Amino acid sequence: MGVSRRMKKQGTPEPLDEAHFTNLKRKAGMSVMDARRESEKNAPNPKRRRSNGDKRKQDEKPKTKEAKEKISGTSKSAGSVPPHRSAIKKSKKPDAVTLPQSDEGDDDSDAVMNDEFDVSGSDTEDAGMGDALDSGSDVYDSGDDHAHRAMFSEDEDESDAEEKLTAANIVGLTRKLDKEQADQEAEAAAELQEAALQTNIEGERLLLEESDDEAEAVKTNALLAPDLQMLRQRINDTIRVLKDKTNFAKYAEEGRSRAEYEAQVIKDICLYYGYNEYLCQLLFNLFSPSEAFAFFEANETPRPVVIRTNTIRTHRRDLAQALINRGVTLEPVGKWSKVGLQIFESAVPLGATPEYLAGHYILQAASSFLPVMALAPQEHERVLDMASAPGGKTTHMAALMKNTGCIFANDSNKSRAKGLIGNIHRLGVKNTIICNYDAREFPKVIGGFDRVLLDAPCSGTGVIAKDPSVKTNKTEKDFIMLPHLQKQLLLAAIDSVDHTSRTGGYIVYSTCSVTVEENEQVVQYALLKRPNVKLVETGLVFGVEGKTAYRGKIFDKSLSMARRYYPHTYNVDGFFVSKFKKTGPSPTGSTAGVTTAPKREDVDEMDVDKRPVPETAEESEDAFGGFDEEEDEEYIERAKKAVMRKKGIDPKALKGHQNKKKNGVNGSGTSGKKSSKSK
Amino acid sequence: MRPLTEEETQTLFAKLANYTGNSLKNLIAPIDNSPNGDRYVFRLQAQRCYYVRLSLANLATSIAKDKLLSLGICLGKFTKSGKFRLHITALPILAEHARYKVWVKANGEMPFLYGGHILKAHVGRWSEDCPEHQGVVVYSMNDTPLGFGVTARSTQEARRLDPTGITVFRQADCGEYLRDEDTLFATS
Repeated sequence: MGVSRRMKKQGTPEPLDEAHFTNLKRKAGMSVMDARRESEKNAPNPKRRRSNGDKRKQDEKPKTKEAKEKISGTSKSAGSVPPHRSAIKKSKKPDAVTLPQSDEGDDDSDAVMNDEFDVSGSDTEDAGMGDALDSGSDVYDSGDDHAHRAMFSEDEDESDAEEKLTAANIVGLTRKLDKEQADQEAEAAAELQEAALQTNIEGERLLLEESDDEAEAVKTNALLAPDLQMLRQRINDTIRVLKDKTNFAKYAEEGRSRAEYEAQVIKDICLYYGYNEYLCQLLFNLFSPSEAFAFFEANETPRPVVIRTNTIRTHRRDLAQALINRGVTLEPVGKWSKVGLQIFESAVPLGATPEYLAGHYILQAASSFLPVMALAPQEHERVLDMASAPGGKTTHMAALMKNTGCIFANDSNKSRAKGLIGNIHRLGVKNTIICNYDAREFPKVIGGFDRVLLDAPCSGTGVIAKDPSVKTNKTEKDFIMLPHLQKQLLLAAIDSVDHTSRTGGYIVYSTCSVTVEENEQVVQYALLKRPNVKLVETGLVFGVEGKTAYRGKIFDKSLSMARRYYPHTYNVDGFFVSKFKKTGPSPTGSTAGVTTAPKREDVDEMDVDKRPVPETAEESEDAFGGFDEEEDEEYIERAKKAVMRKKGIDPKALKGHQNKKKNGVNGSGTSGKKSSKSK
Repeated sequence: MRPLTEEETQTLFAKLANYTGNSLKNLIAPIDNSPNGDRYVFRLQAQRCYYVRLSLANLATSIAKDKLLSLGICLGKFTKSGKFRLHITALPILAEHARYKVWVKANGEMPFLYGGHILKAHVGRWSEDCPEHQGVVVYSMNDTPLGFGVTARSTQEARRLDPTGITVFRQADCGEYLRDEDTLFATS
């Protein structure tokens, strides 16, 4: 059986509460009154659904002292439940499956150990805890869950039929409902008993490690849905253990190292949220365990919808009024922005209102305001936006510049440029030149900019909430390729800036990723390669400081002036913003700065764009074994002859002449190369 | 990218004059009176005509022909038969210099933005003494330009029209930014 349809659609479940279940029941054809009555009845035991697993678990270990007695009283076979009873109904049965009492030796010992635990504590948490403890029966659980689900959907059909009942068989329906109710009452009583039992299993030791055979079982049942409740509980517990030293000493099992716990929690998070292992590890290492959990959790909830007022066309107050008249609930996004409006709910599609079409606003995430605010372009400046589609930041810059000066909006992707041109025209921006270069070509196309914004292409680990595909499709390779591209782009951006600019000379580097590889390391690289730039304050009022050290790597002290944004701290997309000031001329200046370095280093830096791993360019060259000039000579000669033949010249006929010429060509070629580099 | 030829300029100006009337010359007047003052010029690139500041046009010369996607404001395109077709992107310029205007009521905004012609019932206000087949710019009641079109009747005749009669034929509306994004811009 594959993963059920419901599992595929639902994503990760929210913590379940009673209200949710009343809804479910209502949907399943129950009347409002019934649902309410039921919810009242269930009130003392809010996490209804969980009791499913609990009961089963109870049944599995009736070795616990009290358990044995009580359950034996109510024991009854689950197998007797007809397959099309609803999940809820089933959970309500005063059941108690007599299941093999085989596994779970350690569980029992736990339970026995913690007999003294208070009965009144038998609430949701205990239930959940029990789930976690029950991991041994995971395989059985998930299988069982599936059965429930199938039944559930069928039940809905049944309920549809119920609705169609005529007055004639209402009597029958009443009887049925009565029976259901009786069942439920009996069920509730049983649950109370269980609740009492539950406490016995609660323990000081919070979690259970996945036993080997279980892991195997999980593997064989990989297609089955994992027990999400249990997983979540285990993640919670592991995070608690990992929180700090005292916690670790207190809760950790003996002989289990921190690393083991970490490995386990990463595995669980992968399973629970659907990340691939590498990305999960990468992100987990970025934060403290509890913060990491908050981060992963925040990636599951969408960020608020934010629009930016187009100050070229209108004012925020007017726009807010116009939108409120259309039935939009909104408020200013925060003190830090004068143009942002946060949308809470809208009666109309925000992407199609007359105001939108007239270019009064643009839908733009709050985090995208930040790099432009950091860049702070002034009027009459020449600005470059290296990766501009879909134009949110470009138009923001134009608005700040009041449509004066000149913005080069570049994007390497032609199909994305369509949206860019559309947005620019819609918002009435007149000062842009839109081009379609690979941004790495830039200082060659045109340089001398007052400011450059590089919102680099990135892995998107900050916007997982927006694009969950990142979770699975980013691999280790991406985190090598992307930083490489970003380094090239950043050097190109630095080289495109005019350091003598009276008003500017700034570069802003930003990504919508939170990883250090794409942010601090790239900035650090640029600082090393271009001694003529320095980091300056971004001028942003909030944000976490950039990291100056990360897992053994030490970065420049000034990196603390960069700013990081996380979904769980500011409820904006994950983002990184850093601002450079260029103080001297670029490549010539930087080469002058490293006069002590050997000439080869110089060449490396120039050719850096073509190298796969720039940081280790020197080493890698050695690794390739360098160049054998003499051997190359032969190949060059052959290639030249081939070219001549292609042109229709007989290379033999011109041999003497050619040799003479060749030297000249070679000489001029190298000198030409040099001069172009030094530009 | 190149300046327009004489013929192209005539075609373009004839078209623009249909909407702007005499204020057409303001389009090409220098922005300020200083001797080297900037002014707006027309540039042709990939069949599309752009209205752009001279300084910007000069900067754009450093971009290769095939890499230049747009500059300044796109007015419209020259068809293969040499006619000129105004695009919705020209709206800010037309609105700035428009001679005749039509204001549509709130209930007429959406039908117009979805590509419909303007019915008499939807007209809130319009310029008097407007002849037939005259280019008009369409505004919402709060003076936001929404598009432009051509009058179907002169003002006098339109008075006698029944409420469902068409008064202005739509030529372009802001909804095209969403509907025609794929064809509107020169990125094949």
